[in-house]
Amino acid sequence: MDYKHSELLRFTTAGNVDDGKSTLIGRLLYDSKSIFEDQLEAVQKASERRGEEGVNLALLTDGLKAEREQGITIDVAYRYFSTPKRKFIIADTPGHTQYTRNMVTGASTANVALILVDARTGIVEQTRRHAFIASLLQIPHLVICINKMDLVDFSEEVYTNIKEEFEKFSYKLDVKDVSFIPISALKGDNIVTRSENTPWYGGGTLLYTLENVHIGSDHNFIDARFPVQFVIRPNNDEFHDYRGYAGRVAGGILKKGDEVTLLPSGFTTKIAKIDSHGGELAEAFPPMSVTVLLEDDYDLSRGDMIVRTHNQPNVSQDLEVMICWFNERPLQLNGKYAILHTTQEARCIIKDIRYRLDINTLHRDVDDTTIRMNDIARVVLRTTKPLFFDSYRRNRITGSIILVDESTNETVAAGMII
Amino acid sequence: MDFNYNLNHLKELEAESMFVLREVAAQFENPVLLFSGGKDSILVTYLAMKAFYPARIPFPLLHIDTGHNFQETLDYRDELVERTGARLIVGSVQEAIDQGRVVEEKGLNASRNFLQTAVLLESMEKGKYDAAIGGARRDERKPAPKERFFSHRDEFGQWDPKNQRPELWNLFNGKKNIGEHFRIFPISNWTELDVWQYLSMEGVNLPSLYFAHQREVFERDGMLLAASEVIQRRPTEIPFETTVRFRTIGDITCTGAVKSTAGTIDDVIDEIAASRVTERGTRADDKRSETAMEDRKKQGYF
Repeated sequence: MDYKHSELLRFTTAGNVDDGKSTLIGRLLYDSKSIFEDQLEAVQKASERRGEEGVNLALLTDGLKAEREQGITIDVAYRYFSTPKRKFIIADTPGHTQYTRNMVTGASTANVALILVDARTGIVEQTRRHAFIASLLQIPHLVICINKMDLVDFSEEVYTNIKEEFEKFSYKLDVKDVSFIPISALKGDNIVTRSENTPWYGGGTLLYTLENVHIGSDHNFIDARFPVQFVIRPNNDEFHDYRGYAGRVAGGILKKGDEVTLLPSGFTTKIAKIDSHGGELAEAFPPMSVTVLLEDDYDLSRGDMIVRTHNQPNVSQDLEVMICWFNERPLQLNGKYAILHTTQEARCIIKDIRYRLDINTLHRDVDDTTIRMNDIARVVLRTTKPLFFDSYRRNRITGSIILVDESTNETVAAGMII
Repeated sequence: MDFNYNLNHLKELEAESMFVLREVAAQFENPVLLFSGGKDSILVTYLAMKAFYPARIPFPLLHIDTGHNFQETLDYRDELVERTGARLIVGSVQEAIDQGRVVEEKGLNASRNFLQTAVLLESMEKGKYDAAIGGARRDERKPAPKERFFSHRDEFGQWDPKNQRPELWNLFNGKKNIGEHFRIFPISNWTELDVWQYLSMEGVNLPSLYFAHQREVFERDGMLLAASEVIQRRPTEIPFETTVRFRTIGDITCTGAVKSTAGTIDDVIDEIAASRVTERGTRADDKRSETAMEDRKKQGYF
């Protein structure tokens, strides 16, 4: 197996207990031979105990005791499988309205959103919600799996109608790449091998799609952004004057000799060296973790940012942000929160609530602006010090924030800068 | 030169783990790296060395020594500490037993795992550590799939599944009250195969226990255990010599060996790729009940 050329793809799934999501994941794990005998044995036993016929693949993805007892998923669970071509990380989230925050969390790092539609019921409120969250979180690729095709006699008409209905509302969303696959997770049609039951379908199987969707340009390779995470000063004889800025490239490509500007100071210098344990690197790009050394001796610290002189981010204390509220305690207008952005931390005040968005109808409510758990809203923030940011549409790393309640330390909101 | 600006999956995992380790150094005052001598904690130590190069790892290694360790593990640990210049702290279960702070289990399947938890929490308190970095992975058994990179623990060291913080993008919230701490899992997203492939790619040395060797073992409940004086045997459990290796390394009393002829990392990768049993399937401590891992986690084991 040529694992040195295998890529990493992260995808998110969301769905109800009933739409076959757990079965689909179980099927992917099982058919890609990622399930071990002892795991299968445990699931077989559990299926027997529950009096179910055959092996319930859905049980493979059930996690905590409490949820196994309730039979529902209560949080984001991460699953892994790989093929010779790619390693996959699944962020598996429940799909009800009250789990919007879990879907947002799973979506934040995903390359692909996998949306399940029951062929018998077609597009429902939940489908729209998933698609909307995928677009809000700027997941680059959507894969719509029209599931339970075996229950509609693998009808092409059913497939086409659902596809057209989805396209009718998704043109309003900000999604770039959508594909549709007719499947049966239970029977395995078009999951790993092409189904003989859908001769009218000319596209790839689900696994083929996941293995081949182009993710090479999912990162921003244009706007050089390097948030300083940690300053490395060995203070020993061998590296006496060494001062390295450790961090993860958040955008663009950094090269030795590039002219850069340091924020917030505004000083301009050049990259002297890009260092790593394995030796000097010619260049660095997202999502690499490297150490940058500068030609001039400026005193940078965590939260500062190294950027290209002729391509700088926004620098401001006033932000317009789409947020998803995560906490049981509603958002406090004019309340103060800690704000985390790249490696920077500040405090902020929520100065205004522009509107609350109904994620089912996309209606903007400007009257009822109480923001509760799982609500999505557009707000205005004022921070205690300037942040260096891009719009979330342009860069998911330099355009995202979280808010932390300073009395409980809980993460209360996630935000996308407009 | 990487023309496509694509990292392979191992390099991407490496970048993520290095980011998490640097976050720990930046966000916490007094972190510690839990070192067990197993390949996962060896990997975390190696990644920490990379993350802070050319400076030393800016936190000490903490080893909870059950007193039932394989000698190979201890030798490897001491050599690693010597080579990296890292600071080593040892919490001794034997000492805790001798001083009567904990009471040892008796009988055939006696294990010091539960005592390990008590000694770990004791060492954490003594060192006033506010973050303990571990090598747990989400591909291990339940409830690991839902674990966070930054896992919050209350003042009793307990994990409350309902009180964990959502993690989005690259933003980790390590804020806490006095007396609370975090467990940090930088290799959350790695699978067993990823770990081996990476160690092979990077040419990292591992303890000899991980490779095929002759050893005196005996069979219990379908597992091969080392014939050591620290495990009580039934009269019917007759030791025999065979070629084995270990897939995980913990305390002698609960680490099962597998029959294997894999002598190099690449042999091991082939063996795992073809394997049909998870590595936790060789751990007696996880077999006690279906929710064994979850129960031990709540108590603060990891």
